[in-house]
Amino acid sequence: MKFAVVTFPGSNCDKDMYEAVKNILKADADLLWYEHANLENYDAILLPGGFSYGDYLRTGAIAATSKVMQQVKQHAAQGKPVLGVCNGFQILTESGLLPGALLRNKKLSFMCHQETLTVENSQTIFTTAYTKGETIQLPIAHGEGNYYCDEITLQELTENQQIVFTYQNNPNGSVANIAGIVNKQGNVLGMMPHPERAVEQLLGSADGLRLFQSLIHNWRETYVANA
Amino acid sequence: MKKVMVHITLKAGVLDPQGKAIQRSLHALGYTEVEEARVGKMIELQMEEGPQLETRITEMCDKLLANPVIENYQFTIEEDVRS
Repeated sequence: MKFAVVTFPGSNCDKDMYEAVKNILKADADLLWYEHANLENYDAILLPGGFSYGDYLRTGAIAATSKVMQQVKQHAAQGKPVLGVCNGFQILTESGLLPGALLRNKKLSFMCHQETLTVENSQTIFTTAYTKGETIQLPIAHGEGNYYCDEITLQELTENQQIVFTYQNNPNGSVANIAGIVNKQGNVLGMMPHPERAVEQLLGSADGLRLFQSLIHNWRETYVANA
Repeated sequence: MKKVMVHITLKAGVLDPQGKAIQRSLHALGYTEVEEARVGKMIELQMEEGPQLETRITEMCDKLLANPVIENYQFTIEEDVRS
């Protein structure tokens, strides 16, 4: 399984993401500059955290208009996995691949600490190595992670089991304590907490590791087995 | 040349913590009559006059300038006096 980590101007978690996948999971991965990126030969696309384009206009808004996001949309339409973390999540909502929007944290401050999350859905390709209802520790690092959607959208998210992770102690004011959601098809995951920063105990938690392990396992089970 | 002023405001019901902080600061300065403050954006565009000016500005707003999930927008078009 081959991973592409896309770097935008202002991304700053791209190397963490790349290291996690390449050196901890020992998976095949490339770090790609957004301008020249050709995503055709990759199985999964990882959109890392940071402050693409300085968060100008709205977080993720400028990156969402880039040409590489057209490729990400095609990739997602083929049912292939896309993971957006932090700014990556913001880019996914801005590009319409995920519903809702991420607003300024309720208390206005930038927050950078470990949070306890509940795994709400362990049936997605990203979460089968977790159990439903399990609590895990992942770090957050954001100023605009306050997930917002209208009531109809929230109802849809709930009914389709698209809410994947919730905060136990909602740090930012997110609707329904939402920390991460998938699209209706289940192949695009966006989340504010950083699984790539929790891939070995030395970092304070290794709970993020199973997210990538789930992805690789499920890829082998479904795609490679059917190929 | 036209001068287009795009006003972007947060939709009703969308939390505005910046606005809340501004309201509290205004209260601290003694302006206790301020019941609510909400922060928006104003984007000024200098544009060539074209056949579908309004349609194109609306498209720009929908595609990039505003996020319809959380924001409303309005715009005005005036002669650019600088031209």
